[in-house]
Amino acid sequence: MIPAAFDYVRAGSAAEAIQLIGQYGDEAKFLAGGHSLVPAMKLRLAQPTVLVDIGRVSDLSYIRDGGDHIAIGALTRHMDVEKSPVLAEHVPLLAHAAGHVGDPQVRHRGTIGGSLAHADPASDLPATTLALGATYVAEGPNGTREIAAADFYQGYFTSALAPDEMLTEIRVPKMGGAGWSFQKFNRRAQDWAIVGVAAWQRGSECGVGLVNMASTPVLASSVAAAIAGGASAAEAAEAAASEADPQADLNASVEYRVHLAKVLTRRALEAAGG
Amino acid sequence: MTMTDDTTGVLGQRLLRREDPALLTGEARYTSDLPIPGALHLAVLRSPYARARIVSVDTSAAASMPGVTAVFSGADLADTWAGPMPCAWPVTEDMKSPTHYPLAVGQANYVGDGVACVLANSATAARDALDAIEVEYEPLEAVIDLEDALSDRVVIHDEIGTNRSYTWDLKIEESEGQVDQAFADAAYSVKERYIQQRLIPAAMEPRAVAAIPQPFGGDMTLYSATQVPHILKVMTALTLGIPEHQLRVVAPAVGGGFGSKLNVYAEELLCVALAKRTGSPVRWTETRSEGNQATIHGRGQIQDIELAADSDGRLTAVRVRLIGDMGAYLQLVTPGVPLLGAFLYAGVYELPKAYDFSCTSVFTNMTPTDAYRGAGRPEATYAIERAMDALAAEIGIDPLELRRRNFIPTASYPYEAMTGLVYDSGDHDRAATLAAEMIDYAGVRARQETQNVPGATKRLGIGVSTYFEMCGLAPSRVLASLNYGAGGWEAATVRVLPTNKIQVVTGTAPHGQGHETAWSMIVAEKMGVSPDDVDVLHSDTAIAPLGLDTYGSRSLSVGGVAIAIACDKVIDKAKQIAAHQLEANPDDLEFSGGEFRVAGSPDRAMPLAAVAFEAFTAHNLPDGLEPNLEAHTTYDPPNFSWPFGTHMCLVEVDTETGQVDVLKYVAVDDCGNQVNPLIVDGQVHGGVVQGLAQALYEEAVYDADGNLQTSTLAEYLVPAASDVPAIDTGHTITPSPTNQLGVKGIGEAGTIASTPAVINAIVDALSGLGVRDVKMPASPNTVWRAINEAQGGQQ
Ligand SMILES: Cc1cc2nc3c(=O)[nH]c(=O)nc-3n(C[C@H](O)[C@H](O)[C@H](O)COP(=O)(O)OP(=O)(O)OC[C@H]3O[C@@H](n4cnc5c(N)ncnc54)[C@H](O)[C@@H]3O)c2cc1C
Repeated sequence: MIPAAFDYVRAGSAAEAIQLIGQYGDEAKFLAGGHSLVPAMKLRLAQPTVLVDIGRVSDLSYIRDGGDHIAIGALTRHMDVEKSPVLAEHVPLLAHAAGHVGDPQVRHRGTIGGSLAHADPASDLPATTLALGATYVAEGPNGTREIAAADFYQGYFTSALAPDEMLTEIRVPKMGGAGWSFQKFNRRAQDWAIVGVAAWQRGSECGVGLVNMASTPVLASSVAAAIAGGASAAEAAEAAASEADPQADLNASVEYRVHLAKVLTRRALEAAGG
Repeated sequence: MTMTDDTTGVLGQRLLRREDPALLTGEARYTSDLPIPGALHLAVLRSPYARARIVSVDTSAAASMPGVTAVFSGADLADTWAGPMPCAWPVTEDMKSPTHYPLAVGQANYVGDGVACVLANSATAARDALDAIEVEYEPLEAVIDLEDALSDRVVIHDEIGTNRSYTWDLKIEESEGQVDQAFADAAYSVKERYIQQRLIPAAMEPRAVAAIPQPFGGDMTLYSATQVPHILKVMTALTLGIPEHQLRVVAPAVGGGFGSKLNVYAEELLCVALAKRTGSPVRWTETRSEGNQATIHGRGQIQDIELAADSDGRLTAVRVRLIGDMGAYLQLVTPGVPLLGAFLYAGVYELPKAYDFSCTSVFTNMTPTDAYRGAGRPEATYAIERAMDALAAEIGIDPLELRRRNFIPTASYPYEAMTGLVYDSGDHDRAATLAAEMIDYAGVRARQETQNVPGATKRLGIGVSTYFEMCGLAPSRVLASLNYGAGGWEAATVRVLPTNKIQVVTGTAPHGQGHETAWSMIVAEKMGVSPDDVDVLHSDTAIAPLGLDTYGSRSLSVGGVAIAIACDKVIDKAKQIAAHQLEANPDDLEFSGGEFRVAGSPDRAMPLAAVAFEAFTAHNLPDGLEPNLEAHTTYDPPNFSWPFGTHMCLVEVDTETGQVDVLKYVAVDDCGNQVNPLIVDGQVHGGVVQGLAQALYEEAVYDADGNLQTSTLAEYLVPAASDVPAIDTGHTITPSPTNQLGVKGIGEAGTIASTPAVINAIVDALSGLGVRDVKMPASPNTVWRAINEAQGGQQ
């Protein structure tokens, strides 16, 4: 478990981080909480030559009320998302989902920005923010741009971020009292989901995000359409896997994943309570 | 208790373990913590192929990397070894064993097989250099499936010409053909196939080794995270041609083993050989992925078991056919593991002499298997306990009732089993009754009536498992009859120091069990001192030269009893000194509470402390008596010890997802007298969790090409505290009549009993849906599939 040799530099601000990444080029990587990057380095699956540590860019760790949305700094730790009273009031689904990431050690180190930028379809927060219709803010050498969650994920561990772009903020619309549920199905409490479902519902309007059902997090828009058309939770859940393209692994066959997506979506919608 | 009557009441107390403060604060020193100036670091290049010819190994680029001292291929070291890697258990005369060296020469035979190695001045430099070694492989077809291996379609090792290592039979019938006749006459019979998946032991501390040569004289000290420092010393001496008296083996703090450190490993031999060659200390620490690939695996069997029963459900014959997965090579006791189970396929049940067991073991292109917590006995218990449930279903009676009908009656102990082994003591009905009360067996059956109705998606199941743990390995003569290459005795020295503090030297090698606490309690009880006045020395062959180490739940019932016997010898000698001082006849002296008293004259007394000082000054000893108070014993047990009990498991199965929720777990274990019930409970908790892990979580998975799919702890699912239920422990106490402490082992009981209890509970929950069996591990996907198949639906 010894990574390949690498250099380490620490950035004091987003601007400095972006400048450093530009300076070191392709083989450099941002280091946030390190809880996805470092394990990959130890197995030598990732071999960056320079790490630009953004873990101490403290002005990117915040949770603020932005009026119609909550703004979360990219370096905010999972534990702070989980415990935030602001999120508990306005986006309880996200706070709850953050409480299901890994174990307490992981949640104290891992950051929301790192989790989204890593673009692992098995992670909890990409699908959750997708279901909530979030917008991500990225900063690069040419300035700042906003990327809708729905446009961000492009494949396994691949996002719309350019290599020299840094995720700085996540904007999540307030849920306005909608019902919600997060169904994470796994074998051990600390594991990634075999399948997960993040859902909210307000009357005939709902959003459903699926964890680990394709090479990207999946927005189950057929389910939303069915609910909008008056379907029951059980009826709508039958469409849960319409947008999915799951793979088999040691924990689940393709058929089982599809089946689980339906069961968990039904349970989530029943709990979100229409 | 059958102790001496000098009871001070230490035995049986829940004393906190004296080992724990150092372990919990990080003060304990493991092999990797040892500061060793000037040590070279070893790294091993491992085959990425399950079976490949090694065409060439080019070490030149690696050798010129910064910090690198030397790089060796298997061929480079071929003349280093006085003999191949040892297997100490040639179970049959004609057993086949491929030559196995610490680094492969010519052909690699599993993913993880060592092919070359690097010595460098840091672990990082050694690791980096591995990437620069160029090996040309010619990949060959790998053999993964056991039945395919048996067919010899592809022969793995040319030199032995077959994949079959041995066939070992244990056929016991009073008259020829009795087993066949019993099956022909049976009112009921079942024939079941069970698969014991491979398991990865995953001890908390990975393996670690450090070999330190003495610059002059050729002495060598080997530090290793091992369970068996004494066995390792003998085997290292033989394999490397080092004179045994020049080799010292030390096991510092060792963080768990479960059998995986009951071995002699390539890296141990490499460190010693290269330390000898270079004159520098050489050290190595396993990474977790290396551990998953290159530390032995456990289990790995296909079991076919048949039971015949009469019209009352009483067993009339048992037939077992096993295929054992040896992996690529035979490690220290690999071939013996199925034999350890062979005696237990009738469980705790009365069986006439109508038993037919045969095991054929095969080589595959996977990591070698070997002893893993329970070693053969969990497999056997699983098969008989699952088959008893199948038989109960066949007859249509409650599984607990079927077991009660078959229990060996308490009055027949000591009981000579059909195999000729004598079970020391038992009271199965009492243990089963207690477990049934603790889990409210009758109440659960009633709840099932209302809960498990058609269409129910949360179904309740209860599983029963009764067991014997044949342990306390072992009477040396019995081991001889099984062709085992060593004895089963244990050594102890008890030494009373001049100030009445006591040193105990034991040949056991604790690695988490709490021997220091338990052994000090035995001595305290015997000698009438506080446990705090007793120091326990172990796991260093320079301090404890004699011993056979810790495995097979042997340490208390062999090593602990040896200590009690040595205490008796010390007391005998002290009595002579006290009698001399008190001018009394030794036979008139009583010893209790740490004091010798003349019977009938309470004022004539001498404390052990005074005797110890007299023995030390030797100013006034009886004629002919040697100074000092010390005694040594080597104890060979007359029998195994036979702990037993009943475990019960209550589960709820979500039929929509296949998720199994363990609601309650009850363990009733009888290990005879308990030295420290806190330690007993700890052993039961750990054992149950390990067995439950086999039932629900763990499996070493290989793909068809022999790649280990579970090479990290992200894929190999060791359950965490949050994933296991609270465990209710209960105990009955049936002392063993074969040793003076009345003790039996408890180290493996939990692992032996729990796996079938969990699976029986799942099958019980789903029996109304037509499910008869569920494969292990019973993952949600597997359970869901079993339900679908039983319902005739999709896979
Ligand atoms: C044992 C364990 C269990 C886990 N279980 C779960 C789980 O159940 N569910 C779950 O969702 N996750 C789980 N995780 C992952 C965890 O949530 C990680 O913290 C998270 O995925 C990555 O966040 P990080 O801050 O650690 O990122 P890092 O590991 O530091 O970085 C990850 C990647 O993102 C890039 N990056 C990081 N921050 C930025 C940024 N601001 N802008 C641009 N690029 C950036 C890095 O360059 C790197 O490529 C687990 C991790 C571990 C170790």
